[in-house]
Amino acid sequence: MPIVAIPSLLRNLTNGEDSIIVSGATIREVIDNLEARYPGMKARLCEDDRIKPGLAVYINGLLTRGSILESVDEDAEIHFLPAIGGGLILTQCV
Amino acid sequence: MLENKEYKVIGTRPIRHDGVDKVTGRALYGADFQAAGLLHGRVLRSPHAHARIISIDTSRAEALPGVKGVVTAKDLPDPGDKIADLGEGAVNLKHLCDNILASDKVLYKGHAVAAVAATNPHIAEEACTLIDVEYEVLPPVLEVRQAMEPDAPLLHEHLRTTSLGETADEPSNVASHIQHKLGDPEKGFAEADVIIEREFVTGTVHQGYIEPHNATAHYNQDGQLTIWCSTQGAFTVREQVAEILQYPISKIKVVPMEIGGGFGGKISVYIKPVAALLAKKTGKPVKVLMNRADVFEGTGPTPASFIRVKMGATKEGKITAAEAYLAFEAGAYPGSPVGPGAMCIFAPYSIENVIIDGYDVVVNKPKTAPYRAPGAPNAAFGSETVVDEIAEKLGIDPLEIRLLNGAKEGDRRADGPVHPRIGCIETVEAAKAHPHYTAPNGKKHHGRGVASGYWFNIGLESSVTINVNSDGTINLIEGSTDIGGTRASIAMQAAEVLGISAESVNPSVVDTESVGYTAVTGGSRTTYATGYAAYEAAQDVKRQMIARAAKLWEVEEANVQFADGEFSSINGKEEQISFRDLCARLGETGGPIVGSGTVNPGGAGGAYATHVVDVAVDEETGKVDILRYTAVQDAGKAIHPSYVEGQIQGGAVQGIGWALNEEYIYNAEGEMTNASFLDYRMPTCLDLPMIDAVIVEVPNPGHPYGVRGVGEVPIVPPMAAIANAIYDAIGVRMTELPMSPDRLLKAMGKI
Repeated sequence: MPIVAIPSLLRNLTNGEDSIIVSGATIREVIDNLEARYPGMKARLCEDDRIKPGLAVYINGLLTRGSILESVDEDAEIHFLPAIGGGLILTQCV
Repeated sequence: MLENKEYKVIGTRPIRHDGVDKVTGRALYGADFQAAGLLHGRVLRSPHAHARIISIDTSRAEALPGVKGVVTAKDLPDPGDKIADLGEGAVNLKHLCDNILASDKVLYKGHAVAAVAATNPHIAEEACTLIDVEYEVLPPVLEVRQAMEPDAPLLHEHLRTTSLGETADEPSNVASHIQHKLGDPEKGFAEADVIIEREFVTGTVHQGYIEPHNATAHYNQDGQLTIWCSTQGAFTVREQVAEILQYPISKIKVVPMEIGGGFGGKISVYIKPVAALLAKKTGKPVKVLMNRADVFEGTGPTPASFIRVKMGATKEGKITAAEAYLAFEAGAYPGSPVGPGAMCIFAPYSIENVIIDGYDVVVNKPKTAPYRAPGAPNAAFGSETVVDEIAEKLGIDPLEIRLLNGAKEGDRRADGPVHPRIGCIETVEAAKAHPHYTAPNGKKHHGRGVASGYWFNIGLESSVTINVNSDGTINLIEGSTDIGGTRASIAMQAAEVLGISAESVNPSVVDTESVGYTAVTGGSRTTYATGYAAYEAAQDVKRQMIARAAKLWEVEEANVQFADGEFSSINGKEEQISFRDLCARLGETGGPIVGSGTVNPGGAGGAYATHVVDVAVDEETGKVDILRYTAVQDAGKAIHPSYVEGQIQGGAVQGIGWALNEEYIYNAEGEMTNASFLDYRMPTCLDLPMIDAVIVEVPNPGHPYGVRGVGEVPIVPPMAAIANAIYDAIGVRMTELPMSPDRLLKAMGKI
């Protein structure tokens, strides 16, 4: 199952755990399953069924466009980080 | 997989396609644009750093003969509470609009408040003096630590600190807090034999591009808006203008003119929406040009910052823990590059225990804009100086400690992801092996310093179309504005695929209606991502050409191979035809061939650099001279080595200016007192030795030719390298930028 690295500012929701193994074939499913185990997680990561502005999603070390529709492999490693890329360029809270 | 591959075009040094026009003065820049009935716009800017706008009366200006229109924020649509989706990022639309024309408050000296269109620039300028603005002047907040104080004057009454989706209750100048944590920093520091903790301050610095911002806008009778401008990204201009004006992107065409430098500073829009407003109001094309003071005071510099770095190491030199506190000035609206600064600060090292806190803080200065590796140079000034001090305390060579702790493939970055194949160690090894590093440097008050730096690079979307000509050449259509020779570096990648010369490719940078979506020229992405799109477009052409050869020879496509610019038949008929000759037969084999490539690659691959610098410090005056400078950098694969060297040299020189001279100097009222190139001192060739650029090639597995972006990382190491050299020369640790003569004299206790 995919492993999600929990950002340090969200570890209060996971009792301090810094990584969580969770099922899901897409980022949306992964977040929904995280939410089921750790209520409040989805509200910190998503807004209107999209990844929050200013957040980036890395899958296996590669920066994605941050869509909740991204597919994830069975053994994927997922990170939610301050957005780089264009977010970097325009808001710089990249 | 890419090591030691031989190429025919890649790695050569052809003359750039746009070179002749540029050196003969024929290239057309935004200021050159002319049109029948053209009006000239001028922007009125705030004289105050922080003030509430009570009223704006434009009647006297409108009455001036020759004035055709005046606009203020009231001419902009109400932005409401919308978060604008700009394709490459999301921003608060009110902040975006207010930075174009202030509505309720001015937040920095130079903030635009109104604009005039007139029949000539002088009338427009005079009209600006006739606009009556009543202000309620407020106390300015000019420094990041001051802005973070609980009782600091607030720039935005509704701004509250967000921490990864959680919003504080009380208003604050701190827009956001980010944190990265890896391992157990407390345990790591407990294992250390030596711990160094230092505080650093960096100044506000401008990109200093030679061409000021410019824009000409015109509405057709059918409402089609066209903007001709200098920009790093025509599509992002279209998106920003569409959001600000609440106008459909399908009715906006942006035509990128040639660009005289940007370095990140020509991504945000300033006068483009203003030109559009004036064009709409007057029904005429309107050209707005900035002067240099406008550029300094009215556009985004890179932020000043306060940084605290703590690192611990064993007596053998192994770094066991690192901690950083980064507070960056965002300027008037949220959005400093503290995020990338936090990502990059310890990236040259493999450290198991790390904690990094970053704060994005608004102050009464222009909203910051990207500048080459935004955030990373500030951060590296702190971390690379502390690494140097640890090495000194332990008696270890400063490059040796970087080798001992250097990041490599499989190591985890402090922000989480694992490094792919990277060339950090290789840059340090190349610096250590360079004759510069072992050359004698023992004169009194001469010193040598080193530093490393990292920039993650980005991918994003790029599109390329290739039209095949009957004479064996191709027209390559792209959307990446060419700042540093990318027409050549992109054309060469298509040429390599098709087995033709770089000169057989005719690259064109076109408008937003003539090519697929292409993100900005920024993030060191253009040769990487648009080059990747050119590679894919050329592959598309190759596939179609193979089909044509098969048709010509009446064989299966599988029986046609292509190598070194020649198509040949295998398995039966012995046929052969060159790319050029086959191009001449497209008509009889099915008609024109158009190839296309669109990419959004995620594997940009990080870039590393290690610099070595020798300085001489004049103890009497505090002046620092750069005696010798060597910049080593991993380029992945240098498509055009001359332009890679140019990027390395340019980045190093801008870093030298940042290190020694450049800063916005403010008075107590928040006015920049050095808004000209006479007083904002950038280095010239007379201040510098030849910058020896050394290219290391550790291919990036995320690109078909192994390319890594090269434009940004060379500005990351210079400040720390020079600070370390100054310490070697005079035994004084400099912790504030710029390291100008007065600061050196003060640090030496002479004033």
